[in-house]
Amino acid sequence: MISQLSWKIGGQQGEGVESTDRIFSTALNRLGYYLYGYRHFSSRIKGGHTNNKIRISTKPIRAISDDLDILVAFDQETIDLNYRELRKGGVIVADAKFSPTVPEPSELRLFSVPFTQIADELGTSLYKNMVASGASWALLGLPIDVFNKAVEEEYGRKGQAVVQKNIEAVRLGAEFVISLAGGPLPDFQLEPSDGKAKLFMIGNDAIALGALAGGCRFMPAYPITPASEIMEYLIKKLPKYGGTVIQTEDEIAAINMAIGANYAGVRAMTASAGPGLSLMVEAIGLAGMTETPVVIVDTQRGGPSTGLPTKQEQSDIFALIYGTHGEIPKIVLAPSTIEECFYDAIEAFNLSEQYQCPVILVTDLQLSLGKQTAEELDFKRTKINRGKLQTGELPTLEENSLFKRYGFSEDGVSQRVIPGEKGGIHHVTGVEHDEVGRPSENALNRQKMMDKRLGKLNHVKVTNPIVVDALHKAPDLLIVDMNSLGGTVDEARGRLDIDGITSNHITVRLLHPFPTAEIAPYIAAAKKVVVVENNATGQLANLLKLNVGHSDKIANVLKYDGNPFLPHEIHSKCKELHKQPVKELV
Amino acid sequence: MATVKDFRNNVKPNWCPGCGDFSVQAAIQRACASVGLEPEEVAVISGIGCSGRISGYINAYGYHGVHGRSLPIAQGVKMANRELTVIAAGGDGDGFAIGMGHTVHAIRRNMDITYIVMDNQIYGLTKGQTSPRSSVGFKTKSTPDGSVETALSPLEVAISSGATFVAQSFSSNINQMTAIIEAAIRHKGFSFVNIFSPCVTFNKINTYEWFKEHIVDVSEFGDYDNTSRIQAMTKIMETEGMLTGIIYVNDSKPSYESLVPGFKEEALAKQSLEISAEDFNKLVADFR
Ligand SMILES: Cc1ncc(C[n+]2csc(CCOP(=O)(O)OP(=O)(O)O)c2C)c(N)n1
Ligand code: SF4
Repeated sequence: MISQLSWKIGGQQGEGVESTDRIFSTALNRLGYYLYGYRHFSSRIKGGHTNNKIRISTKPIRAISDDLDILVAFDQETIDLNYRELRKGGVIVADAKFSPTVPEPSELRLFSVPFTQIADELGTSLYKNMVASGASWALLGLPIDVFNKAVEEEYGRKGQAVVQKNIEAVRLGAEFVISLAGGPLPDFQLEPSDGKAKLFMIGNDAIALGALAGGCRFMPAYPITPASEIMEYLIKKLPKYGGTVIQTEDEIAAINMAIGANYAGVRAMTASAGPGLSLMVEAIGLAGMTETPVVIVDTQRGGPSTGLPTKQEQSDIFALIYGTHGEIPKIVLAPSTIEECFYDAIEAFNLSEQYQCPVILVTDLQLSLGKQTAEELDFKRTKINRGKLQTGELPTLEENSLFKRYGFSEDGVSQRVIPGEKGGIHHVTGVEHDEVGRPSENALNRQKMMDKRLGKLNHVKVTNPIVVDALHKAPDLLIVDMNSLGGTVDEARGRLDIDGITSNHITVRLLHPFPTAEIAPYIAAAKKVVVVENNATGQLANLLKLNVGHSDKIANVLKYDGNPFLPHEIHSKCKELHKQPVKELV
Repeated sequence: MATVKDFRNNVKPNWCPGCGDFSVQAAIQRACASVGLEPEEVAVISGIGCSGRISGYINAYGYHGVHGRSLPIAQGVKMANRELTVIAAGGDGDGFAIGMGHTVHAIRRNMDITYIVMDNQIYGLTKGQTSPRSSVGFKTKSTPDGSVETALSPLEVAISSGATFVAQSFSSNINQMTAIIEAAIRHKGFSFVNIFSPCVTFNKINTYEWFKEHIVDVSEFGDYDNTSRIQAMTKIMETEGMLTGIIYVNDSKPSYESLVPGFKEEALAKQSLEISAEDFNKLVADFR
């Protein structure tokens, strides 16, 4: 019996790859397995090769695997593009319709099952994905009733007849493959799991749920990959809580509406990816200058320009931190797990109101869209903190005086009121202003206001600005990363361990203000620092050098071909870097 | 009850003496008082330009944002607190050049907001460049040989975008401006009010005298029916946009806020941010 297995389904976009993956993984999740999914897709809706990969395990996992055990193929292209990933003795289940072949002499097992023919006999070729999934499920020898239940949920709204046909397709696919294989494959039998259905979600779901639990009631946004799921979730849930989502004319409208709503007292956010963030930059500066809270989600994808819109990258780091003209206070938070996506979304809203500044929540495509098993989410941690927002009656203002919305204070944060309050009238402007918000070019006031706004960042307290795994006092390597990479890095570290190379691991969760004090001791203690990131210029490494120094021992491991790192890639690069003398690193 | 005085503050506008925007400001203050509003019930959201400074000159909540984006901010404010009277204001460059996309979509969306454009057919703040409202042949610093682009017809754009309230006025006619702004505030939906507000410093063509000579008022049309879109369009075209008055009103279309599923009468800003543990558990169960 095995403790983990990787399964992949591929075909043309629009062929049912997504729905098959959904049913397959839902069933596995109900059985209690831990799952980690990866979607390989292009920005076309119909046509173009697409595949979904799931890693299935009896223990928690946070990375895709290097290789593959089962490949379900709807076309020859799927085999040609993916067969190299299959391990020795791996299995291909393919549609007999295209007379599948395996390109090289290889030690793979091919099961040719007439997906399309069986489906056609049932009435429509649409059922072929269920024939395929039934066949691959049967090879694993897992109980069929859970699977059928998932089929029922997927197709239930189309009526009982459709459900029955799909279930029949699953049964016929299973029967056919078993007649070829003679029974479930003995080397593919998973150990039983704990049997408890777990949370299974994408990062975008977790952010949206966190936002809702964190009091977000309004989301103006413009659709973009890989951010749209956030608005799509919230438009379903917000009406019950009195709120709503507006699909705006562009991201400039979205961010400005979110700023307007926050100014008027409602927790509001917008979400986008690189192109949208680029459009929002001027307004983010406005929020910084006017000390208006606002939360912005950036789901990073391949840039620049339209770049690789459906691919993994982490190249917005500098743009997010330094993007605005002039200098504003801003917090950039980078969750690294599904659970953190949830808790950080809540924290982002709290921080934005406590420090009265824009908070950017940055993810990457793999974290936003990769469906994964998550730990239970703790309702008790959904506390809302609105900072210095004044509620209740305010003293009457004297004639011709205004509320000191920008009053100087020790921590730089001023009292805030929302429009509608008697005694709270003040002015807000992106022009430099005085304590009541009136335009002022007075040099002394200017300096004091700049110091007040920027000084707020000195007090920022964030839950776990870094995630640390530092068993070793003076490790050979300190590996640093962000967002979705931590799990893959940990797998590579397991292999480095076996090689006798000691490593510590830090995932940076707070990109700005940079947690220099927290990171510095670990950098100092390590013999070498390797920064693993999905971009071409080493932005995270540069951030580290800028804030912590030690440039001489910081090395890059970069990948910017659009695909996430695989454990073996990080492992081999780290091994190489370990061998190099420190002075050759830079 | 608040009077005009309550909507005034002690800030001296930095507009040039004679600028049309002074009277627009006065008309907004009068209209707010005559509708019976209190200063704290009003939020004036303005863009960038000479005209954009207006939010700082009225005693009410005011937000002076970025160039061309007063409408998105105003719509955000309205969604957060529909009990507020939200007035967006800015120049013709702000609303019809950089912010034109928002103008059209805000009109389509039809939130209960009053939008006042101070239309001087030139860029004032940046000292005299052409505007989308400048006429062909109009010479400015950026069009020294005269503009060759067709001037935008904001009223036609508004009506074809599905506006439910379209009016135009002239900064010399404070009574008409006040009456129109009052009606605009009372209108339950998006009210588009374009006001000819001369720039005495940079526009030597479209002066007070020039406007007086060129404009006609809808009251002069005899049996003009301002609920007819076709008549409104016809008159705008016949007069090449040089008409004043309430040109078109549609009272039957509900405002955006009243069409949003689940949206309550009570201001969203006053509602609870919390969700119950029971709801939370249900939400989480969707992912199992
Ligand atoms: C993004 C951006 N671009 C350019 C400017 C410079 N700018 C300020 S106001 C303005 C145009 C002013 O014209 P208008 O909107 O008609 O207002 P007016 O000054 O005439 O009242 C421009 C181009 C700016 N503030 N922001
Ligand atoms: S420049 Fe023109 S628009 Fe600006 S304040 Fe002076 S007169 Fe008014």
